[in-house]
Amino acid sequence: MPPLLKVIVRRTLLGLLTLLLVSIVVFAATQALPSDTARAILGREATPERLTALREQLGLNRPAIVQYGSWLGGVATGDLGDSLVAKQPVTALISGRVRNSAALVLVAALISVPLALFLGSLSGLLRDRGFDTVVSLGSLTLAALPEFVVGILLILLLATQVFHIFPAVTLLDPQVSVFAQLKILVLPSLTLVLAVAPYIVRTLRASMIEVLESDYIQMARLKGMSERTVLGRHALPNAVVPAIQVIALNLAWLAGGVVVVEYLFNYPGIGSALMDAVSTRDLPVIQAITLLIAGLYVIFNLVADILTILVSPRLRTGLQ
Amino acid sequence: MSTIALTVRDLRVELDPSGIEIDDEVSFELEAGEVLGLVGESASGKTTAATALLNFQRRGARIAGGSVNVAGSDVFELGKSQLRHLRGGEISYVPQDPGSALNPALRIGTQLREVLEEHGFGSSDAERRERVEEMMAEVLLPSDREFLRRYPHQLSGGQQQRVVLAMAFACRPKVIVLDEPTTGLDVTTQAHVLSTLRDLAKAHGVAAVYVTHDLAVVAELADRIAVMYAGRIVERGPSHDLFNGASHPYTRGLLAAIPVIEGRRALQGIPGYAPRPGRRPPGCAFQPRCSYAVDRCETEMPPETSVSPTHLVRCWRAVEIGAIVSVASDTNESALVGGGQEALLQVKNLTAWYGTREILHDVDITLRARECLAVVGESGSGKTTLSRCIAGLHAFKMTGDIEFQGAPLARHARSRPVPIRRSIQYVFQNPYSSLHPRKTIAQILRQPLDIFFDLDRTQREERLAELLELVSLEGSLLRRYPDQLSGGERQRVAIARALAADPIVLVCDEVTSWLDVSVQASIVELLVRLQQEIGLCMLFVTHNLALIRSIAFEVAVMSEGRVVEYGPTDQVLADPQASYTRSLLADTPTIKGVLSGG
Repeated sequence: MPPLLKVIVRRTLLGLLTLLLVSIVVFAATQALPSDTARAILGREATPERLTALREQLGLNRPAIVQYGSWLGGVATGDLGDSLVAKQPVTALISGRVRNSAALVLVAALISVPLALFLGSLSGLLRDRGFDTVVSLGSLTLAALPEFVVGILLILLLATQVFHIFPAVTLLDPQVSVFAQLKILVLPSLTLVLAVAPYIVRTLRASMIEVLESDYIQMARLKGMSERTVLGRHALPNAVVPAIQVIALNLAWLAGGVVVVEYLFNYPGIGSALMDAVSTRDLPVIQAITLLIAGLYVIFNLVADILTILVSPRLRTGLQ
Repeated sequence: MSTIALTVRDLRVELDPSGIEIDDEVSFELEAGEVLGLVGESASGKTTAATALLNFQRRGARIAGGSVNVAGSDVFELGKSQLRHLRGGEISYVPQDPGSALNPALRIGTQLREVLEEHGFGSSDAERRERVEEMMAEVLLPSDREFLRRYPHQLSGGQQQRVVLAMAFACRPKVIVLDEPTTGLDVTTQAHVLSTLRDLAKAHGVAAVYVTHDLAVVAELADRIAVMYAGRIVERGPSHDLFNGASHPYTRGLLAAIPVIEGRRALQGIPGYAPRPGRRPPGCAFQPRCSYAVDRCETEMPPETSVSPTHLVRCWRAVEIGAIVSVASDTNESALVGGGQEALLQVKNLTAWYGTREILHDVDITLRARECLAVVGESGSGKTTLSRCIAGLHAFKMTGDIEFQGAPLARHARSRPVPIRRSIQYVFQNPYSSLHPRKTIAQILRQPLDIFFDLDRTQREERLAELLELVSLEGSLLRRYPDQLSGGERQRVAIARALAADPIVLVCDEVTSWLDVSVQASIVELLVRLQQEIGLCMLFVTHNLALIRSIAFEVAVMSEGRVVEYGPTDQVLADPQASYTRSLLADTPTIKGVLSGG
């Protein structure tokens, strides 16, 4: 087996192990939630008999370990169980929401990553000049603000108080693709971009500065290389390496961080689905969504590690 | 007919933005095919001057005046694209550490080819490929596809330096600037790189500026020498004149500090250390360390004056000093004693592993009371592992016996009884990392005293004063932190810390390799004195064969984990038996050849 493939297989198996551990924690956490599902469904007026009957029906009176076992068995075969509240399969319930969130995250990632790479490397290149000062100050300020504050400021600026360009709340037409309703995507994705980009900008700026001070850049300049070659061939490929991990962490954060932003804009994605599920104690839905987010973390990190190996000759050739 | 390839006039480089001088009034010229040795210790401004020849400065420094003329064009007057054409085309640069100067993300073939492409060398890819092959052949490296597709980390240090040399010669430049290109290389590799360089420079008529801290390295290579101190050239002239008629006290000091392999000579260090930019005294910067200094030196900077038409010296007393017998040929015997002492520490059949790899094979050595045994070897020879085994610091598997005073030594220092641990002390290679940065010198030295001895306050302070005196440090240093000390002072503190335990055996692991030559000499002086005054037994580990004659009575030469030759130093150096020792001797740079009548 080629060494790289071996690494991928090993890391994938480790990733699966991580997910298994996550599933245990998630299941234990849902069990520990106060109140119970039957009461949440039937309301306060419910008689003890009806509560018992419903628990029996939903399988909630089985021992926790048995419930976990049957849930895990289902997950392994692609069956996430049925929503306790909506009485329909979780997969059907959240698939639309997943698509909406994916669209949001995708748009945010496609804008923030290239933008941050560009701003970060330019800022490192123009270290201590006006542009760098502005970018550094700006990114530090944004990094310090929680994303819901950024979101509210954007709403005030672009939706309600100053300009009235974009809608403040999301009224998605479920019949049409999200991408056909781009105007709705603008504010939530802009919020995510502003939340994620600063970290990438700062990492890239720092690593660009380090690379530009390195002996091999001095050497490239003393060899008479054009500035374009110095930057494009010698500096950037080395500067991006440390940023890969940060980008991956931020993309993974996007998948989870979307919860707050979706709530803020009332965007029908997995974030709001998760909030609803928590309030109604819809355990299968909570479990499915948290596991999904955890899975994204694992995947992004795996991809980042492999990419890092691929772009660092020392790691790539050092594989056993 | 000779042509001037490089002219430097009154070069001045300053710290930016403070305007404090790094280099000033640096002037010299060089003919095609000549090699200039630009010699200076740390803080002399030699590297700054070297990159200034290509109109380049790192952040924080700026070229503030003077002119550099390469092949007819004034380097400082060129526009950006002209300058780019000049760099790598007309004048090229070989950096100190090829490991960090080659881009880790690019294959060496790419890095070689791009120089040719950028400078428009050759008219087709085929022609450039041919040139790459030619260059690789000249530096004695393979040029097959597989080799050129390697990344820098897949080459050895010597191979990396050869690749950089090939790169520097690629476009057939007029001038090449080399900044300590062999530092960090083993002597064998260094000798190969030096001879390659010499051949290339002569064959292509290239003028080379070779920057180094070690006069011995350039002794056989350079046609001319310029010695720098505190940002100025203090003496320059033809190599022969300089080695035989050194007229600046600093040059003389440097020569006296060079270990000479042929004769056992007591090394003489220069007291003090070179001042950094901004800390340089008025008048002659060398005056505080100079034994010839007169009142005038404290106030007036001496101009360059000629003691012969080609030999210029920056010293008020140059003529007088030049007339004194040359120091370099002066071989006052050092008074090393030894032989016949009882065995104190014996290593028998020692085999040691690093992880799963066996790196020491069946090593036997004996340390005798009050004597010094030198262990000499190149990197990877196992010399440091041997010393760590003796000190009880080896963390991996080992077999064999180490006996101390007739009783077997426990493997790990931790399991040795306190008196034994106290008896064997260790001085580490790098004084910049071996002292706790957040403790004062007093705290550092008190620690072993508190661990090993039950002293009251007065006794302890007395012992501290005694230790400082033993290593020739001033009492005022006690309140300072390690980063406020020079490298030589730090190494003295490290030695004092070892001596605080009142040891019987002192293991010195490459203790001078991080220090300037003049400072190295004074540390060796100190160690020799300690041997004589307090009868220390010493294991002196080094890669520098030339050093051992000044310090060790016996020597063990190591190669690939084995002792290949073992005997009295004089005998081993005069009549080496192992072929490895012979080649090591032949590759060690020496100033002997350039001394007339030496």
